[in-house]
Amino acid sequence: MLLEVRDLHVFYGRIEALKGISFGVNQGEIVTLIGANGAGKTTTMRTISGVRTVAQGSIFFEGRDITGIAPHERVKLGICQAPEGRGIFPGMTVRENLEMGTYVRGGKDSQKSADLEHVFHLFPRLKERIDQNGGTLSGGEQQMLAIGRALMSRPRLLLLDEPSMGLAPMLIAQIFQIVRSINEEGISVLLVEQNATQALRAANRAYVLETGYVVKSGSGSELLDDPAVRAAYLGG
Amino acid sequence: MRDWLLYRTFWDLTITGLALGSIYSLVALGYTLVYGVLRLINFAHSEIFMVGTFGALMASQEFLGIPMLEDGGYPYRTGFMLLVFLVFILLCAMVFSGLGAVALERVAYKSLRGNGDLFGAVVLAFLTGFVVSMVFVDDTLANVIVAAILTAPITMGYMSLFRRGKQSPRLAFLISAIGASTAIAEAMAIWGPEKREQYQTPRILEKDVLFSFLGADVRVDNVIVIVGALLMMVALTLFVNKSRLGRGVRAVAQDAETARILGVNVDMIILVTFALGGVMAGGAAMLFTLVYEQSRFNIGFILGVKSFTAAVLGGIGNLKGALLGGLVLGLVENYASAVFGGQWKDVVAFVVLLVVLMFRPTGLLGESLGRARV
Ligand SMILES: Nc1ncnc2c1ncn2[C@@H]1O[C@H](COP(=O)(O)OP(=O)(O)OP(=O)(O)O)[C@@H](O)[C@H]1O
Ligand SMILES: [Mg+2]
Repeated sequence: MLLEVRDLHVFYGRIEALKGISFGVNQGEIVTLIGANGAGKTTTMRTISGVRTVAQGSIFFEGRDITGIAPHERVKLGICQAPEGRGIFPGMTVRENLEMGTYVRGGKDSQKSADLEHVFHLFPRLKERIDQNGGTLSGGEQQMLAIGRALMSRPRLLLLDEPSMGLAPMLIAQIFQIVRSINEEGISVLLVEQNATQALRAANRAYVLETGYVVKSGSGSELLDDPAVRAAYLGG
Repeated sequence: MRDWLLYRTFWDLTITGLALGSIYSLVALGYTLVYGVLRLINFAHSEIFMVGTFGALMASQEFLGIPMLEDGGYPYRTGFMLLVFLVFILLCAMVFSGLGAVALERVAYKSLRGNGDLFGAVVLAFLTGFVVSMVFVDDTLANVIVAAILTAPITMGYMSLFRRGKQSPRLAFLISAIGASTAIAEAMAIWGPEKREQYQTPRILEKDVLFSFLGADVRVDNVIVIVGALLMMVALTLFVNKSRLGRGVRAVAQDAETARILGVNVDMIILVTFALGGVMAGGAAMLFTLVYEQSRFNIGFILGVKSFTAAVLGGIGNLKGALLGGLVLGLVENYASAVFGGQWKDVVAFVVLLVVLMFRPTGLLGESLGRARV
């Protein structure tokens, strides 16, 4: 298993946001976490990136225990995230934002420009905006930038936290299409979504999170057909 | 008529105002950088400047052996050697201030971040005891002893505070800053050979008039200060915009959590930020001793207050704002003291600050390091 989360407990002060969740992502998979507001999806993602403290439980990446290591070490190992709310640096240009993806790796300029070309191939819109400030992009463009920036780090596991948030349906379809093509390049994806129908269609496997617990898991199509899931997350 | 004085000496006042303002700008950068990254006002930054003046003093007197006030007795022969000397003194001042700033961060602030640890509580307790004791007793040794005795009980208080809240309160940083500031100044007052007295720093070059500009005599030291400060600011801007670590500083200032997710080591970036501010303060200190030829344990205080004013005036968190704020403040102070008399100099600076903040609460250039393209 590429990523394995075992019995993860995370607190905010006295509030327990994750109450012992376990799940995993296999090499080459798209796995999605769905759940209502406040279920703990973002907390899970940030904990995997290493910016939340684990109270109990462990995280393994390629069999190695990474529970205690620093966030930048995790990026080095190949875990990168497009965070919830996109996290664009508003005062940096599109190019500078993208180059932040290579911060850990450093890397030569020739490598960087090859990676940039790759991102521009996926998101041609970003190329037109290359010298524009990140803060002046539209929501959709910012989301493309956030995903592109994470790709710049050459991840093995890409974490996407609600990439469709606030986007028009056309754009959502496009983003999911791009997630699939990223996955076809061999990058495993862990996807958090409220847009459950689309996410379950794209995913190999899925987990349902409810107030800090994993309450259900299965293949994407199994959960799409599950009446309880349909009632709760797919609008009946 | 005083206006007449302003009129007659306008360009003189402009040159010296720009020189003083450049020094304010350099020190203001330190306040602005740390504020941009940590949203923290580093009140001990003035003492980092003070340490730098002693770095310059030691470099010129001890390391280079430049004699005191002996005209023509300089130990260099050529203009090139003079330049080497100046750069050497500059580097020494920068090393003193830079290391001072880094030490300050590690001792007084680091352990208060996050949840605050025991070391942080002990340091904070000692500094609190020290400052409180200073209110009552005017003897540094006695203050140290009182502070040491008070450390244990105050530490327990802070620890329980840390444990209850999720993060150390902002007030803890303020206390630590003021305490550290006082402690550094007092340490210098105790250990230096002249104790609390003023030090004379050696004259490094003849302050000849270089050229005349609209009737004003432009002295060589003022030119060095203005040009030197500008060069340092250009170097800083290049570093912050182009280098990998500089990008890290901007990223943390704009969105610390996302920066961490992308693999920026925030702890290291904070250290870099303090070091950058320290190095700039060291540069300012060297230029200051070049012009004013003096230093003292408390020399940072007024200059620090002015530079902080400059940072706020330009827009705190904004690098260009620090430059603009410093220059504006230096000029306004000079013009005002010509019109109203020297005793009004400091008052005028604060009046200007108040007026600007009334109409532009975020300073002249507003945007912080977070928002602006620096
Ligand atoms: N910084 C924080 N401080 C305190 N509580 C928090 C914090 N962040 C999240 N929480 C709490 O933790 C729980 C899980 O939050 P989380 O953001 O992980 O949910 P989510 O599943 O991502 O929700 P959404 O779909 O709205 O993004 C919530 O109850 C939330 O109130
Ligand atoms: Mg969320």
